[in-house]
Amino acid sequence: MTELSVGAGPVGPIVSPVLAPRRRFMLLRRLLAHRSFQIGAILVLALTIAAVFAPLITGIDPSAMKVRFRFRPPSEAFPFGTDNFGRDILTRVLYGGRVSLWIGLVVAALSGVCGAAIGVIAAQFRALDAPLMRLMDALMSFPAILLALGITAALGPRMESVIIALTVAYVPAGARIVRASALVVRELDYVQAARIAGASDVRIMFRHILPNSVGPLLVHMTFVFAYSILAEAALSFLGVGVQPPTPSWGNIIAEGRDYATEAWWVMLFPGLGISIAALGLNLLGDGLRDVLDPRLKGAG
Amino acid sequence: MTPAPLVSIDDLTVQFRTDRGWTTAVEGVSFDIGEGDCLGVVGESGSGKSVTALSMLRLHARGTSRFASGVVRYAGKDLLRAPEGDLRAIRGRDIAMVFQDPMSSLNPVLTICDQISETLRLHQGMSRAAARGRAIELLDLVRIADAARRVDEYPHRLSGGMRQRVMIAIAIACRPRLLIADEPTTALDVTIQAQILELLRDLRAELGMAVMLISHDLGVIAEFAKRVIVMYAGRVVEDAPVDVLFRRPVHPYTEGLMASMPSLEGDAAKLYSIPGRIPDPDEAIAGCRFGPRCAHAEPICRAAMPELVAIEENHRVRCAPRSRPGGAG
Repeated sequence: MTELSVGAGPVGPIVSPVLAPRRRFMLLRRLLAHRSFQIGAILVLALTIAAVFAPLITGIDPSAMKVRFRFRPPSEAFPFGTDNFGRDILTRVLYGGRVSLWIGLVVAALSGVCGAAIGVIAAQFRALDAPLMRLMDALMSFPAILLALGITAALGPRMESVIIALTVAYVPAGARIVRASALVVRELDYVQAARIAGASDVRIMFRHILPNSVGPLLVHMTFVFAYSILAEAALSFLGVGVQPPTPSWGNIIAEGRDYATEAWWVMLFPGLGISIAALGLNLLGDGLRDVLDPRLKGAG
Repeated sequence: MTPAPLVSIDDLTVQFRTDRGWTTAVEGVSFDIGEGDCLGVVGESGSGKSVTALSMLRLHARGTSRFASGVVRYAGKDLLRAPEGDLRAIRGRDIAMVFQDPMSSLNPVLTICDQISETLRLHQGMSRAAARGRAIELLDLVRIADAARRVDEYPHRLSGGMRQRVMIAIAIACRPRLLIADEPTTALDVTIQAQILELLRDLRAELGMAVMLISHDLGVIAEFAKRVIVMYAGRVVEDAPVDVLFRRPVHPYTEGLMASMPSLEGDAAKLYSIPGRIPDPDEAIAGCRFGPRCAHAEPICRAAMPELVAIEENHRVRCAPRSRPGGAG
């Protein structure tokens, strides 16, 4: 017969390959073979494990003060040293990682979901396009950190406000990304075919346009994850983020700032946490982009 | 004693918004499709074949297109003015459609089963399991080998011919009364083309549905259709039974099309082509729009757009000199 399978050829529109489930395994294999994805995944995984298993790793209360051991430099007893209250920095960095990574994850997920919804609605219901996107433009015209600063200031300095503020700040970019690919997807034949089959606009939007438009957003979300960790640190450093005594990488650094010259280790280790997380997530995102975007194939 | 037609298109005029205002893509198109009919629509690119077909289901984007005139009558409703909900119920259930490019007509993230089931579940409220069973039956019906296994695959695993079969399976899932096939074989290679045409022909007989086959390929039309409508520059120029059209074409454009078909007897190296090109929809042409390309043009052709006139039963022509009583035949 002439009906041979076409095999694994790159078929279908360029914006679509992300979720084709059977091809997922292929993508996964390509991802796992991707060097920067490997490095990024290992870094992120290591930090995640450290954060999740923090209580097992240290067994010390992150808020426990031992005034006798103030400002101890890194040693065998305190691998990362202690701070001005004699709290163990290693413990605080591990627990701070829980807070910082959690904020990053939640912000990436929430802003991704909201961005996807807004983007696909704007693309599908053309009357809503201009109002929604102008609103997004308005949000984007503020620097993200200033916007987040304003919102946390208004909502009060709590972890929830940091999450809400950063989500609001990062939604517009996601919405734009999804809208752009949804505008391409909605013109494809299979969307017209669904319309001919009698599917409603809403059904077409969720079943046909959305799943084929989110590939670029997934890549974007890994970067939002990294930016959120940095932004949380900045907000906490400025004093409107996560409040002490709850440790976050940002507020450990903020607290250590006054003693930076005498006790460099207080700021160094949370700073390293932030750097490694941002680096890992960026590498991860690069790998994801290389694999998902056929135009860049071989570039990584 | 002619029964009421299944779909009746009357004076359909479709316009699209462009930078220079509204452009007319299809003007004054009228024809009927009877129950179980086998209609071919032929014409060059840009002649308005697809626009006509999409208008029948009102699938053009709102806002950038409009119906300046016309009625599409189906089951006592005017499809051009029916509420969107009524149309959704008709699309896919009563009137279905197959497109040209099977490579892009299937959603890459859904299995074949999901995509066939969608129509069944939308229109017949079938359960997931029942729809799956029916999907396998349908794949069998469109002659896909090993249907029970293929049904769970994703489109990228199928060849173009198989995908077109899947598209046909989706189209006939609810046993439509009219299947519109818009260049269904153009993107396929020749052996597959023949198989798909044969499949369509058999399904038409089996399911008793009417088929409207749109093609620019006269060979495909000759092989498939019983009645042919020839379109040129957004208008119907000739409408005749297939044997009449191929034996005695009346309109000079149809004549030109016939002459430009390669034949086994003729000199294959010298293929006839109609001089000139199809005019832009905006181009101002006095009288008959084929006039500037026509070797038989007369002064009367420039005077006014000729009417579509019945020169005998079941044979209509839009050509002023040749539709005169006793005119050149």
